[in-house]
Amino acid sequence: MAILTEEQARALLTKALSYSKAEQCEVNLSGGDSSNIRYARNSVSTSGGISRNSLVVSSAFGKKLGTATINEFDDASLEKAVRRSEELAQLAPENPEFMPFLGPQNYGAPTPTFVQSTADITPKQRADMVQQSLQVAKDSKLTAAGFLESSAGFSAIMNSKGLFAYNTATDINFSVTMRTADGKGSGYATKAFNDVGKMDTLAFSKVAARKASGSVNTKALEPGKYTVILEPAAGIVLLEQLYGGLDARSADEGRSFLSKAGGKTRWGEKLVDERVNIYSDPANPELPTSRWNGDGRVQEKISWIEKGVVKNLFYSRYWAQKKGVKATPGPDGIIMEGGTQSLEDLVKGTEKGILVTRLWYIRPVDPQTLLYTGLTRDGTFYIENGQIKFPVKNFRFNESPVIMLNNLEALGKTERTVSGESGQNALIPPMKIRDFTFSSLSDAV
Amino acid sequence: MGFGGAMLSQIPVMGSPIAPEAVLDGGIDVAVKKQMADIVLNAARSRGATYADCRIGRYLNQYVITRENKVENLVNTESYGMGIRVIANGCWGFAATDKLDTDSIAKAAAQAVAIAKENSRLQSEPVKLLPQKGYGEVSWKTPIERNAFEVPIKEKVDLLLSVNDAAMKAGANYVNSLLFLVNEQKYFASTDGSYIDQDIHRIWPVFGATKIDPKTSKFETRQSLSSPRGMGYEYLMPRESDKIKGTPTVLYRDRYDMIEDARAAAIQADQKLKAKSVEPGKYDLILDPSHLWLTIHESVGHPTELDRVLGYEANFAGTSFLTLDKWESKKFQFGSKNVNILADKLQPGSLGAVGYDDEGVKTKQWDIIKDGVLVNYQSIRDQGHIIGLTESQGCCYADNWSSVQFQRMPNISLQAGNSPLKPMDMIKNVEKGIYIIGDSSFSIDQQRYNFQFSGQLYYEIKNGKIVGMLNDVAYQSNTQEFWNSCSAVCDQSDYRLGGSFFDGKGQPMQSSAVSHGSSTARFNGVNIINTARKI
Repeated sequence: MAILTEEQARALLTKALSYSKAEQCEVNLSGGDSSNIRYARNSVSTSGGISRNSLVVSSAFGKKLGTATINEFDDASLEKAVRRSEELAQLAPENPEFMPFLGPQNYGAPTPTFVQSTADITPKQRADMVQQSLQVAKDSKLTAAGFLESSAGFSAIMNSKGLFAYNTATDINFSVTMRTADGKGSGYATKAFNDVGKMDTLAFSKVAARKASGSVNTKALEPGKYTVILEPAAGIVLLEQLYGGLDARSADEGRSFLSKAGGKTRWGEKLVDERVNIYSDPANPELPTSRWNGDGRVQEKISWIEKGVVKNLFYSRYWAQKKGVKATPGPDGIIMEGGTQSLEDLVKGTEKGILVTRLWYIRPVDPQTLLYTGLTRDGTFYIENGQIKFPVKNFRFNESPVIMLNNLEALGKTERTVSGESGQNALIPPMKIRDFTFSSLSDAV
Repeated sequence: MGFGGAMLSQIPVMGSPIAPEAVLDGGIDVAVKKQMADIVLNAARSRGATYADCRIGRYLNQYVITRENKVENLVNTESYGMGIRVIANGCWGFAATDKLDTDSIAKAAAQAVAIAKENSRLQSEPVKLLPQKGYGEVSWKTPIERNAFEVPIKEKVDLLLSVNDAAMKAGANYVNSLLFLVNEQKYFASTDGSYIDQDIHRIWPVFGATKIDPKTSKFETRQSLSSPRGMGYEYLMPRESDKIKGTPTVLYRDRYDMIEDARAAAIQADQKLKAKSVEPGKYDLILDPSHLWLTIHESVGHPTELDRVLGYEANFAGTSFLTLDKWESKKFQFGSKNVNILADKLQPGSLGAVGYDDEGVKTKQWDIIKDGVLVNYQSIRDQGHIIGLTESQGCCYADNWSSVQFQRMPNISLQAGNSPLKPMDMIKNVEKGIYIIGDSSFSIDQQRYNFQFSGQLYYEIKNGKIVGMLNDVAYQSNTQEFWNSCSAVCDQSDYRLGGSFFDGKGQPMQSSAVSHGSSTARFNGVNIINTARKI
């Protein structure tokens, strides 16, 4: 099934709802096509195309909820899915936290999440884009491993209370690691966009190649506290732990880094440096995201951290009702305000420090302090008197993004990046941080 | 990578929800699957494929998710479709579809061939497959005693609510619990002449009990000491003979007493709040199998994957320090003489046990580390020739019909010591040490040298005795140094399986389930750091 238009989706969902006998019924329809090329050792390895669609029916009687799905769309199949969800709802135990489905919402004008040229990519185009990357490796006598994936999809929601929402989205995602033949140097670059026109696999591969060639013959520095410049692809994997942790309920329950003694929280308090401003905005032209979230709530422009102060927390609908506050959904597409300096400017302004391309294998160590561990990877360089002096061996770090953002020295210019851990896109600046804690050395290249 | 119990609230829901009775449907008849497979294989061949395989998969999950006295969610998911893999012009191609009518699957076969042909210009050398005989029509089923999908939902809900009740009555402020069931019904066919029908079951009960100190606002959680298993609901039917007692907390072999463990967890979460913060330095570590499985997974399992060694995972999961020259030397001392590591796709009750892998190879077991020396890797049909194999080791797996199969880790386990030795006897000889039970934080570099691990429970050992509980503990080491510091392994009576339900690898990332067995083992002079911070 190709991507359904809004009218086709509306018609199919209306038909599905017409079979409902439940007190409330909600139907979600989503689907799409994705294709990818994976390569390694300067050669294509696996690649493929996947097409899948799914209809989920949720029926409720009182506070009893049941869900069922089907991936066939004839009348009999639609009715079967509705009946099954109703049967399950009757079997399910009552959930005191069940919330009635939302009524109609005003989502405003759609955001430009869908770009036709991305949806129209051919296998030849994908192969050409990868070929450009492989050519860089060949020209530089490096070994490339990378991944290019394009996708186009749609999602729609409708319920018996009159809610309807529809969205389409495209994505093109590229990452490449270049390694020297002797295995002593490695460089990395990654980007993701809605619009294939912005994806320059040649340029990004050259960045990775330059880092690979420049990272051979590393010197070992003693572990300890260093000033670091985190490129956006490195910074996002720690930042996302912070804004992903702004959940009101766990803070209220006393089991979050935002919790305080006596059942209080840090909401409204200054948590990090006052130059830190983090918000989300579905209409941002560089990072457009859906106007609605999975349960139909409106995604609005919202500030999460303003001048270092925790401005908003996100809520489940149940917890918001219990607390008598607005049910703000979690962020989708984070933007952190930056400055005007380029990455090169940040390096120039650094007396002694370490430039970090990528952070890897990020895992929580202590939820109380939001302490995380992980390692640098694929291009770590020592800076002295404003210049990159030499590559250094990789480090393991143990650091909290809260501490990190309190030790902020400078912010560069915001750019779009993608997390190598979660796959989420964000607009964030390169960050210069003092006293970043490296706890041991790694022999890995 | 792996996901531990700490990910309780972030369990990925693969597939889509379905009604409870639907999971008991037998699915389509094997004869029909064979007809569909033949259509696809013929379509691929007629378009120029020199090899083709297809997998018709029905992947069922069930989640029962609770907290305190509430059932948060009850989800049945099903994912059904077909994945087709071909070699054309010497290059792999893959296509997957959830439309299983004749036209759609033939079209998908054609798409797989077209992708292979288009991408063959990006290839430096053609794919070489190790030979594989066709098995004809065969089948395999996980040897379960009680199908967990057939256990009434009420029974499962009642169990989890009893678990939560036990933890709350023992002093927990919060408790989350989850029962996660998997049934993979998959049919594989290839142009080699195999038609393989398999029915695979897995189960993972897990909880976390949290205790908060309202005065200090500190909180601690103790996660369950269960492990995910390739078993039916019998895993949740406690048996005294499967309990190990005399240790600081009861430990479990092949049957798990979830209620008993929850009660202990609530008490221990409170003890963790009051425990002494560790003094950093060198300690001898006594690692329980409920903890050691994850260290084995990350520092032995991943670096011995041949695809990583060769560079196929360089862009994401990484490469490996166990390069081919180390294996070729036949004398690379990966660990001490006490370290014997077995790769195993047969072990009953394990997550990795199947009859055949996802490219039609009958499964087996083999040595990876023998008396501390690296002797072999884990590999599949298109890589085995590089290390001189004449038949595949059967490590190919795809996590869904829509995912392309590739090399995944078999069960990788530390073999028990030959001399009689129990954990508490092992502790008697330790002057300054820490006994670690349960898994927690884990991180390792992309070539698997430098790692850091934490646990659920830490007990300080002084002069052969446990003197109290510690907190804020993590150990850092280098893989080769660590395994060479292994000075003793307890005997077979202490052997237990741990494992990961969500080992992530590949792009797009796929999850795989794998077990790691061991007995309690001792490691001398390992570096301990203190993880306490203030924000």
